[in-house]
Amino acid sequence: MIQINDLSKIYNGGGQEVMALKEVNLTVNQGEIFGIIGLSGAGKSTLIRCINMLEEPTTGNILINGQDVTLMNKQELRRLRQKIGMIFQHFNLLSSRTVFDNVMFPLEIAGVPEKKARQKVGELLELVGLSDKARVYPEQLSGGQKQRVGIARALANEPVLLLSDEATSALDPQTTRSILKLLKDINYQLGLTILLITHDMNVIKDACDRVAVIDNSRIVEVGDVLSIFSNPGTPTSRSFINTIINKEIPEEILHRSIVDNGSIVSRLLRVSFIGASAGEPLMSTMLQKYNVKANILYGNIDRVKDTPFGNLTLELIGTLELINQAMDFLRENGLEIEVLEND
Amino acid sequence: MIEAITAIDINTFLNSSLGENAWIPGAVLFATWETIYMVFISTAVSYIVGLPLALILVTTEKGHILENQRINDVLGAIVNAFRSIPFIILLILLIPLTRIIVGTSIGTVASIVPLSIAAIPFVARLVETSIKEIDWGLIEAALSMGANAWQIIRKVLIPEAVPSIVLGVAITAINLVGYSAMAGILGGGGLGTLAYYHGYMRYQTGVMWITVIVLLILVQLIQVLGTRWSNQVVSKRR
Ligand SMILES: Nc1ncnc2c1ncn2[C@@H]1O[C@H](COP(=O)(O)OP(=O)(O)OP(=O)(O)O)[C@@H](O)[C@H]1O
Ligand SMILES: [Mg+2]
Repeated sequence: MIQINDLSKIYNGGGQEVMALKEVNLTVNQGEIFGIIGLSGAGKSTLIRCINMLEEPTTGNILINGQDVTLMNKQELRRLRQKIGMIFQHFNLLSSRTVFDNVMFPLEIAGVPEKKARQKVGELLELVGLSDKARVYPEQLSGGQKQRVGIARALANEPVLLLSDEATSALDPQTTRSILKLLKDINYQLGLTILLITHDMNVIKDACDRVAVIDNSRIVEVGDVLSIFSNPGTPTSRSFINTIINKEIPEEILHRSIVDNGSIVSRLLRVSFIGASAGEPLMSTMLQKYNVKANILYGNIDRVKDTPFGNLTLELIGTLELINQAMDFLRENGLEIEVLEND
Repeated sequence: MIEAITAIDINTFLNSSLGENAWIPGAVLFATWETIYMVFISTAVSYIVGLPLALILVTTEKGHILENQRINDVLGAIVNAFRSIPFIILLILLIPLTRIIVGTSIGTVASIVPLSIAAIPFVARLVETSIKEIDWGLIEAALSMGANAWQIIRKVLIPEAVPSIVLGVAITAINLVGYSAMAGILGGGGLGTLAYYHGYMRYQTGVMWITVIVLLILVQLIQVLGTRWSNQVVSKRR
């Protein structure tokens, strides 16, 4: 669908060169929701804006369905852009037009006959659940509603690709979820390829099939969301995952008195698990198999694309040997274990 | 109606109606009408020319939809040059041109020429500012949909700038009231002529004060109407 080859972008502002993208290679498949995550200034917006040539790449090329967009003339580019929807962090709706006319806007640009266009707008407002707001001006809408208008507008010319530049960054978590759900529904119903950029790992977790991590103008990691969550390959990815896993352990747990009764000791562990193992009764198997006691102190379970992942903080009590065996057992079953200081 | 007014030679009119026993209210009314007429027409002309100039000034800027450094530089320089000439000097400089266009340099119709020419660069800058207030994101959204420059101008730049442009119309008209009084001193007609020839030259201080009051009311009225108009546009969108 999208193939990006050796893409670099250098901004030349005021005699100073800024390397915004460096040798980016990326492939986005037809029908997937592909996320790009990175910190502020990493080059996310630059990358997404190169795809519809709002920003001209310095070197490299971008193929969309086999066509190199960097070689297109102005008119070809305009026609291409009509087939690529884009949604924005600040919605960018026209205050001079009603909701209906905002969605009508791209159809006017594409020269769609009015009658057909009006019918299309009606359908789109239905799709995003705003039929009752057709006659209202954007100023009267909430952020979530504005983004729904933005989405309807982006879909008006039946695009082959939807680009989303931080579309949920100005919204609260609940509205973010509802917008992401809408995007997933659209992806599912229309088979539309969606490329979205974000700095919020929750967005990746909730909506994306695959993700690229961009750091300092380079793509440092690409993979499907679940495997990146289970096995982040770079410190950047790890720190993004950490932003959404609540690893904080309450003070009183960390400072509880340690059992130290001759050969019986206790160990405070954090067990991280992902995917199917979270659903398997590993814990109870371990307890049956080894003569240790376990106190579950704290837990945090989340889902990536319907697959649970998370961590448990637990205290194992038993002989040092048995505790170590139990820990090895968990490790063998693919869990990541971390022994926490309990001083 | 326009012809009826221009047919009256201003000096003949003043001499006959504002002689020793002139009927002052009639003269004031007539002069007020002349001022309104001059301001109205020259505001209209200055927007007809100034608005496109503003659009060119904005869109030919670096990074904008019709980027063209050369046109932008040249037009900007011309606009600045005209804006730097004091109106009273422009009035005198334009006398030959006014004669060519109107046939005379005296009277209300003749005044419209320098008034419009003085207001055009002012309007160009004023509207330029209004258009630049528009969030670049809107232009970018239109570009991302494949809009061409003309579509962006027509469907984004102008409609989005309307509330601000309307406020500018009031500012322009108010400025032109002041300018028209200056033109009046050089025989341009309207309240300026009335105040100068009668209030000043003939020591009719009463006439002077009446024109001041009328001007005051006129300016207030324009501002109120302009603000109301702009609010109307904005509140429709809320
Ligand atoms: N028009 C421009 N001219 C010069 N430098 C630019 C321009 N746009 C972006 N940059 C620079 O390029 C780098 C990448 O910017 P970009 O907007 O792509 O980052 P981002 O990942 O989208 O960040 P954010 O999360 O803050 O939106 C930054 O260092 C930025 O300052
Ligand atoms: Mg950005």
